[in-house]
Amino acid sequence: MSNDLSPKERMAIDRVHMPELPADERSTNFEEVNLGLSADQALSEAQRCLQCKTRNCVSGCPVGVSIPEFIDALACDDLPKAAKILRGDNALPAVCGRVCPQETQCEALCVRGKKGDAVAIGYLERYVADWAMLHPDRLLKEAKPEPTGKSVAVVGCGPAGLTAAGELARMGHQVTIFEALHDTGGVLRYGIPEFRLPKEIIDCEVAVLAELGVTIECNVIIGKTLTVAELTEDYDAVFIANGAGLPTMLNIPGENLKGVYAANEFLTRVNLMEAGRREDSATPILQRDEVAVIGGGNTAMDCVRTARRLGAKRAMIIYRRGEAEMPARIEEIKHAKEEGVEFVMLTAPIAIVDTEDGWVSALRCQKMELGPADDSGRRRPQPVAGSEFDIPAGIVINAVGTNANPLLTATAPDLKLNKWGNVVADEEGQTSIPGVFAGGDIVRGGATVILAMGDGKRAAAAIDQYLKR
Amino acid sequence: MFEVVSNEILAENLHKMVLVAPRIAKARKAGQFVMVRLAQGEERIPLTIGDADPAAGTITLFIQAIGASTRKIVSTPVGGFIRDVAGPLGKETHITNWGRVVCVGGGVGTAVLFPLVKALAEAGNEITTIIGGRSERYVILADELGVLSKNLLITTEDGSLGYKGFVTGPLSEMIADPVRAPQAVFAVGPVPMMKAVANLTREPGIETIVSLNPIMIDGTGMCGGCRVQVGTETKFACVDGPEFDAHLVDFDGLSDRLTSYRKEEAARHAAEGCKLAKEVAK
Ligand SMILES: Cc1cc2nc3c(=O)[nH]c(=O)nc-3n(C[C@H](O)[C@H](O)[C@H](O)COP(=O)(O)OP(=O)(O)OC[C@H]3O[C@@H](n4cnc5c(N)ncnc54)[C@H](O)[C@@H]3O)c2cc1C
Ligand SMILES: Cc1cc2nc3c(=O)[nH]c(=O)nc-3n(C[C@H](O)[C@H](O)[C@H](O)COP(=O)(O)OP(=O)(O)OC[C@H]3O[C@@H](n4cnc5c(N)ncnc54)[C@H](O)[C@@H]3O)c2cc1C
Ligand code: SF4
Ligand code: SF4
Ligand code: FES
Repeated sequence: MSNDLSPKERMAIDRVHMPELPADERSTNFEEVNLGLSADQALSEAQRCLQCKTRNCVSGCPVGVSIPEFIDALACDDLPKAAKILRGDNALPAVCGRVCPQETQCEALCVRGKKGDAVAIGYLERYVADWAMLHPDRLLKEAKPEPTGKSVAVVGCGPAGLTAAGELARMGHQVTIFEALHDTGGVLRYGIPEFRLPKEIIDCEVAVLAELGVTIECNVIIGKTLTVAELTEDYDAVFIANGAGLPTMLNIPGENLKGVYAANEFLTRVNLMEAGRREDSATPILQRDEVAVIGGGNTAMDCVRTARRLGAKRAMIIYRRGEAEMPARIEEIKHAKEEGVEFVMLTAPIAIVDTEDGWVSALRCQKMELGPADDSGRRRPQPVAGSEFDIPAGIVINAVGTNANPLLTATAPDLKLNKWGNVVADEEGQTSIPGVFAGGDIVRGGATVILAMGDGKRAAAAIDQYLKR
Repeated sequence: MFEVVSNEILAENLHKMVLVAPRIAKARKAGQFVMVRLAQGEERIPLTIGDADPAAGTITLFIQAIGASTRKIVSTPVGGFIRDVAGPLGKETHITNWGRVVCVGGGVGTAVLFPLVKALAEAGNEITTIIGGRSERYVILADELGVLSKNLLITTEDGSLGYKGFVTGPLSEMIADPVRAPQAVFAVGPVPMMKAVANLTREPGIETIVSLNPIMIDGTGMCGGCRVQVGTETKFACVDGPEFDAHLVDFDGLSDRLTSYRKEEAARHAAEGCKLAKEVAK
């Protein structure tokens, strides 16, 4: 098959709609919401791409995926080639195709978006990646690299660590990943819920690494079980990618009441420990009719949609700015609304209250109004005097953000940090210690999967250079 | 996977378990703990590293089987495996030579206390250890602690061994006696016991350290589930502790938070009881 439609014919095709589980059905289970495109849908969507010479879309992707090229292969029905191109640029395409904020990255710069709808690059990426997972026998075999005899330790098994490990292994280096938790994936496993990212996808990606000869050692906490100094002693280079796992507290009264969760605890119980998801999970999770989630990012959406699935009758987002200012992905907001989540906007929490039994009974809030724009360009919310009111809630979840976790850095005195505790690294990930590189959320603060992966990829290249000296 | 190399019963429901964990054995300091998950689907629970042998590459845990997870862990036979053991976690105990130190242990807290007594003794402190239990059957590690301490006092609620009453009895007598009054007190045990000790030592201004036992999930400061109020600050016990200045700890808040999952745990016990009954019936 060839991909030789005229631009006019391409322009005449409408953007596909992602098939989804019906909202009333999915809001009671943890099945994946987006079902994936059919072969016909994927082909038709691929034909919408104009194959622009300027490749605008590519400059919107933090890892520079060869978008027109993989889409062309897909339009020619050459899936093995599409998969090869995609995997060459992106180590976790099945993940990115699902969780990347495409609307602000690749798709935001697609020329077709100027008039009408951008090409659904994310959906196509997912389609090709899912096909590849189902057809390992049809993939073009990777040549085994010559072993270089050099070894690299990677700290953290999230997207940054996984990407760097894959790249380095393909260069012939011996890679060991050390992971603090008992399982792989980082936020992909313990943060992002099953209904957005099925865990088998992470298992599949991890299996690819194992095949490349990467060793993964779980239950090893760098800074506690082993130190960075021990790693630099035993390995030729080190890549630190331990994420930003430290919840930011609200610092309002009542935060230690029973029924108040930090987002990380709530999500870890349900995702990593499978509480409320599997009959036989030993880890408990509270379940209440009214759940208030504070925050407006992806984490808040994940918490509120999880609460709904655990049986909350009223699952609410409490956010101090307006809906337009919410950092969460548009798709998450749309899905949450369809699932019956209530959005309480321009509302800031001031206290969590109980009925003197130690259990949360309500979230005390204050109405806000939007004032002039601040440095970030967003309009700054200001409290409306005398507008306090209570929202009844049996569970309150704090999803306002995370910071750098000091567990590792506290025992690495030579590692330079910024004032927020993030590791200081240059463009290539080089830190203040020679041979020690860093990337992902530990450098950027809470960012995105694809930025973490981009860091892993750049650092792997820099580590390779460093090892060749 | 972590192999169990010995598993002894010290007292009713109290097991001493030795595991192969060479990295942890080498890195651990007194006061630190591990997060243990027996198998896929099980809870992650914190257990103090009671002792370690870096040469043999083993760590010792003292485990009181009080609920579903601890019961399953202690039933792992010698030669069996525990899937996940991560650590050492938490801050190490701040050890100096205070002079006279009283170490107070109640229930399984006595096991948590053991490595502290050992480290304090090695630092040259003169130690009086007071351990308590409901009755003789619940008094644990008396011989081991006796070797490390200048004095060992035992209390039981029913008087079946040692003093009749609570650990606070002998402690308040010592505090009242200028010759025997301690310069520092370490207390580990049920929350009400630690609270009572803190109340005894607050007035005379005796430095008092407690090891707290909130519910933990990751043990690495990631989830915030283990938070406790200490003075005006919210602390994460797994990374900022587990030891804190007893005079600043909000014990009531801690014991309240420990009951968060009582209903869910009871349901689980009931369900497992049912399953067991069904199996027996077959
Ligand atoms: C709930 C939630 C939803 C999100 N949704 C999206 C989304 O839709 N799209 C998107 O692009 N981004 C999303 N993000 C952000 C994205 O997940 C992160 O930016 C990304 O995972 C960062 O990757 P990382 O590899 O730097 O760190 P992480 O994913 O945090 O992985 C770090 C790993 O290191 C381990 N570790 C930590 N300390 C140590 C130590 N001392 N020793 C050994 N191991 C250690 C951790 O256990 C973890 O496994 C979301 C984040 C959250 C929390
Ligand atoms: C830092 C730290 C060190 C510890 N060291 C040891 C140790 O060396 N040996 C040991 O036997 N235990 C220790 N514990 C306590 C141990 O973790 C708990 O007993 C265990 O988690 C209970 O799990 P379970 O499923 O068996 O019981 P569950 O069914 O969960 O609980 C049974 C009962 O114990 C209460 N409970 C639940 N969690 C805790 C807790 N964390 N502490 C006290 N009571 C609790 C419950 O409210 C319930 O009434 C330690 C705890 C901490 C935080
Ligand atoms: S990795 Fe993300 S940003 Fe890049 S092309 Fe794929 S979906 Fe777009
Ligand atoms: S900008 Fe849009 S239309 Fe042009 S090549 Fe990229 S995806 Fe295709
Ligand atoms: S147990 Fe999660 S922060 Fe302490």
